[in-house]
Amino acid sequence: MSAPAEIASLTISAIREGLANKRFSAVEVARAALDFAEKENPATNAYLTFSPERALAAAERVDRALAKGEHAGTLAGVPMAIKDVIVTKGLRTTCGSRILEHYVPPYDATVVTRLEEEGAVILGKANCDEFAMGSSNENSAFGPVRNPRALDRVPGGSSGGSAAAVAQGTAVVSLGSDTGGSIRQPAGFCGVVGVTPTYGRVSRYGLAAFASSLDHIGPFARNVEDAATVLGVIAGRDDLDATSAFAPVDDYRALMQHPVRGMKLGLPKEYFAELNAETGDVIHAAVKQLEKQGAEIREITLPHTKYALSCYYIIATAEASSNLARYDGVRYTSRNNGGTLSEMYRDTRGAGFGAEVKRRIMLGTYVLSAGYYDAYYRKAQQVRALIARDFGEAFAAVDAIVAPVSPFPAFKIGEKLDDPLAMYLSDVYTLTGDLAGVPCMSVPCGASAEGLPIGLQIFAKHFDEAAMFRVASNYERASS
Amino acid sequence: MKLIEDEVRYVAGLANLRLSDDEVHRMSHDLGQILTHMDQLNELDTRNVEPMTQVLFEADEIATLREDVPHTPLGNHDALTNAPASGSGYFKVPKVVER
Repeated sequence: MSAPAEIASLTISAIREGLANKRFSAVEVARAALDFAEKENPATNAYLTFSPERALAAAERVDRALAKGEHAGTLAGVPMAIKDVIVTKGLRTTCGSRILEHYVPPYDATVVTRLEEEGAVILGKANCDEFAMGSSNENSAFGPVRNPRALDRVPGGSSGGSAAAVAQGTAVVSLGSDTGGSIRQPAGFCGVVGVTPTYGRVSRYGLAAFASSLDHIGPFARNVEDAATVLGVIAGRDDLDATSAFAPVDDYRALMQHPVRGMKLGLPKEYFAELNAETGDVIHAAVKQLEKQGAEIREITLPHTKYALSCYYIIATAEASSNLARYDGVRYTSRNNGGTLSEMYRDTRGAGFGAEVKRRIMLGTYVLSAGYYDAYYRKAQQVRALIARDFGEAFAAVDAIVAPVSPFPAFKIGEKLDDPLAMYLSDVYTLTGDLAGVPCMSVPCGASAEGLPIGLQIFAKHFDEAAMFRVASNYERASS
Repeated sequence: MKLIEDEVRYVAGLANLRLSDDEVHRMSHDLGQILTHMDQLNELDTRNVEPMTQVLFEADEIATLREDVPHTPLGNHDALTNAPASGSGYFKVPKVVER
């Protein structure tokens, strides 16, 4: 046996097969993956922390199980990166923030426990925008991530490190989190698959809360099947997260094999209004492809789409202002000593949070403050109901919705950094899925003339991830 | 719309955030710009719309109640490992009450 040479292009099924044929051991894969990741990481800054001991211990468990002829797990020996907003016991978890630079969690997130129980090998923690707030990964306190497809460009955000690691080949699959597009947008920018499951489909126990009514955990992968496999492992009810759903978890990998023929796919006209022309052409070509495969394409309307941005930034910042109150200098490693308790709070937070996090805490505090609550927060919750209703009405007529992920491909590092509103607008097509709580994903569907990846977004009904994977998988098979 | 700097300072107080004068200045511009954009929501008549206070949860009201079985909690030592200051099994903070 020897380490696989194709470390940067491994898939879950290739690892499963290699282990079964004894072409390599899990420890050999883990060692090769760690060496490769540590060597390549300086180019992108995708990882913030490596966990070689934890990775090798997990790989040894897999090899021992295989030697005894036992089931080693669905993800046996699969090298992974975990976004650094998801806690890992004994492994530093920074949330991309100076305020948690030295935080070592005393427990594992449920998703981490489930992955490791199925044999996954966690190589390390992936860089991200501070507390998952950003669309470019430039808000990380530990430096931006570079897009492996074009190093002068952003990888998207906030799960930029998770997307970049999979695109670069320094992880086979990874986990990210999505509150307003933070999985799908970087997946689109980096040319990989990214999945935001239904709200409640995956436990958030151990995810540092940003906006609790919008936060989702989901996988990145280099193909649809691997993403479906990882989701199958992490999905399902968890008693430690009261918002996690009881709905049974489908066999996504089996169901996605069904042909797309006969499916009705909606094309929402509002998602083509402010689109860069090149992106529009690529998306239309992908839709044509699906039509050729037998899908029925219907033009639909999601009339409240243009209000999603305002709605989202009221609700998300309001929830964030409350969720981030816990970083106050008492429990989480950082403390800047003022004289009084109140000065300690203010100094710790003033010194520990970056500009975007402060901006959002301020905005959230403002919209919740006396006299503004009804005008902003209550109004936004009403508009959110209208956006959710749009999806409900559309899904009465179609099985899935296809649209662009972002209005344009990856932009240059620094290009939008001084204009928060322009930055927010890069999420204009992904915010709606989180607001409605429907499952959605990004699948690579081509590139711009400059070679920048473009993503096709697919939305499905609540808990119908299988339909979404079916569209994605059929498209992938026909286009590759 | 522009948020005057005194308002920014008031909100920063509510949020327990120390901001420098430069940050206050910048924040007044940025928040003003974003809040102006948000005013577009007033185009919509929402008088008869119930606010969406819950995303989605289709289960019995008591579905999340679990069996009351004892289990080992995190424990005092682990809970305090990240405390910037602790002692006698507690988090330590600056003195709040004067004798």
